[in-house]
Amino acid sequence: MDLNSLTARKIRGLIERGEASAVEICRAFQDRIREQDPEVQAFLHYDNDFALEQAERIDRMKHAGEPLPELAGLPMAIKDNLLIRGLRCTCGSRILENFVAPYNATVIDRLASAGAVFLGKANLDEYAMGSSTENSAFQPTRNPHSRDHVPGGSSGGSAAAVGAHMAVAALGTDTGGSIRQPASFCGVVGMKPTYSRVSRYGLVAFGSSLDQIGPLAHGVEDIAGILKVISGKDPLDATSLAVDVPDYAGGLGQPIEGLRIGIPREYRQSGVSETVRTRIEAGLKLFQDLGCDLIEVDLPHTDYAIATYYVIAMAEASSNLARYDGVRYGLRIPGQGDLSDMYRESRDAGFGAEVKRRIMLGTFVLSSGYYDAYYLKAQQVRTLIKRDFEAAFQKVDLLVSPTSPTPPFRLGEKTNDPLSMYLSDIFTITANLVGIPGISLPCGRTPEGMPVGIQLLGKHFGEPVVLKAAHAFEQAGGFAP
Amino acid sequence: MKIDGARVDYIANLAQLAVTEEERRELIGQMNSILDYVEQLNRLDTSGIEPTTQVVHTTEQNYSWRADQPRSGFSQEQSLGNGPATGSGHFKVPKVISEK
Repeated sequence: MDLNSLTARKIRGLIERGEASAVEICRAFQDRIREQDPEVQAFLHYDNDFALEQAERIDRMKHAGEPLPELAGLPMAIKDNLLIRGLRCTCGSRILENFVAPYNATVIDRLASAGAVFLGKANLDEYAMGSSTENSAFQPTRNPHSRDHVPGGSSGGSAAAVGAHMAVAALGTDTGGSIRQPASFCGVVGMKPTYSRVSRYGLVAFGSSLDQIGPLAHGVEDIAGILKVISGKDPLDATSLAVDVPDYAGGLGQPIEGLRIGIPREYRQSGVSETVRTRIEAGLKLFQDLGCDLIEVDLPHTDYAIATYYVIAMAEASSNLARYDGVRYGLRIPGQGDLSDMYRESRDAGFGAEVKRRIMLGTFVLSSGYYDAYYLKAQQVRTLIKRDFEAAFQKVDLLVSPTSPTPPFRLGEKTNDPLSMYLSDIFTITANLVGIPGISLPCGRTPEGMPVGIQLLGKHFGEPVVLKAAHAFEQAGGFAP
Repeated sequence: MKIDGARVDYIANLAQLAVTEEERRELIGQMNSILDYVEQLNRLDTSGIEPTTQVVHTTEQNYSWRADQPRSGFSQEQSLGNGPATGSGHFKVPKVISEK
C-alpha cells in the first residue's frame, strides 16, 4: 500500500472492495508515525488502541454489509485544542497537561459518525498563539521537508502530520492564519471556513470573534469532503448558523472560465520575498490560462490589519484565559497563602512566555483609561477593513495572494522577536477579521525545495467558489495528490 | 513610554499573573515595542465609525433562535473529574479570606 497517494475516496474504495481493511490502513499509519514522528514531532500524544477500535467499527460495518460512511477509515490527526472524550487535551500548555476531555467537540462527533479514525492529537503553539509551533510547551515540530525549518503554526503539528504522510488529513484551527500558513509551509492544502460555518463547541477558545475550525489534507477534494461533514448548525454553538451545507465535492471539476480574480494592489508592497513572488506570479498566470479575469483591487486599510488583529486577539485571549485559575481543572500550585496566591502561582507555572505576554497586553488594552484608545479603536478599524473587502467583492469573485510573505523560516529565527513573528501573518489575518473563507494550496517550490502556498479568499459562505477554483488550480498546475 | 515597571505590576495584578524581576524587564521592552506598533491606528480618523464586535453573517433566515427547554448537562462526577482538589462533591480551594 502506497500511503503517500491515499485520499479519503481511495481509502473508502479499498475498504469497500475488500482490498484492505480499515485496521490494516490504521496500522500502516501507526507504523509510519513510529518511524517518522521521533524526528518530525508532529504528535503530542496518541492512543493506538483507541484508533484501532474506531477502525474495527468500520470493518464490522463492512462485514455486516452496511453502507460505508463517506470518510470510512480516514486516518486523521486532530489538533490538541479540540476535545476527544477520554483523551487528554493539552493545548500545548503545561496548565492543561493532565486535562482529560469529558466530552467530544461537535466536529469530532460528526467526523466519527462519518467513519474517520483519530490517530492522535497534534502539536500546536501554546493555546494556538504563534506562527511556528515553537511556542508549544512540550516540543517544537519540524517541517517535514527540512528538519531545520519550522512547519508554521499554530496548527504546525496537524500540517506536518499530513505533510509527512503520517495522517491522510487533519483538523486545525485558524484564528489569524493558523491553518493556512502551516499548510503553506508543509506543502499541503488547508482551509479556514466562513466564521459560523463550523461549530466550535469543544474547541478551547482563544479569540472568540476570530476562531474557526477547518481541515488540512493533500488535495482539494478531501478538503471538500471533510468540510461537508463538519459544517452546519449546532445547537451547542450559538455562533454557528443554519445555512444550507452544499455538496462541496460535487461542485468540483467545473470550468472556472470567466471567474473574476482580484489581486490586491497593497499586497504587492508587503515585503514579499522574491522566491514567493515568482511562484505567485506563475500561479496568477495559471489562473489566466484557465480563463479567469485578473483584476487589480484596492484594500486600502491593509497596513492597519496586523495592529487591529493583535489588539482584538489579545483582548479576547486575556478574557478567555481568565478561566485557568487552578480551581476546576488544570494545573494547581497550592502556594503558601490564600486563594489569590494560588491563582497567581498556578498561572505563573502553567503559562509560557508568549501566552503571558498576550494576556498582559490584552489586559492592558481592556483596562480602565485605555479601552477606548486601543480596543474600541481596533474594533472601529475592523469595520473599515470589512468595508474594504465588501467593496472589493463587488468587483471580483475571489481574492488571490501569497499565504505567507516568505517561505518557511528556520527554527529559532524569530523566537526572540515577537513583533517580527506577528508581521508574517499579514496575508491571512484579514480573513479572520472579516469572517470570510480562505484556502491555502501548494503553488510550487523554492529553489531549495521548500513549499510555497497560494491563498484564495472568498465571500461569506463562498466556499463552493473557493473550492472550485482551488481544485481547477491544483489539477492544471500538477499539484493534485 | 507607556509601560514602566509599575504599570507591568499593575496589569499583572489585574491578570492574576506573577511576574519575576527578569520577566518584568523583558515585558517592559516587548510591550512597549508592540504598543508602539499598534499606535499607527491613531493615524486613522474613526469618528462616527461603528465598532465591529462580531462577524456572524446573519440574515433573517439564520438567526440562532432555539426553544427555551431544559436539557441535561454534565453529571457532578464528570464536572469534578478534572478538579485538582475535590471532596464531598465540591472543588476545594485555599482560604478565600486572608489574615493579611
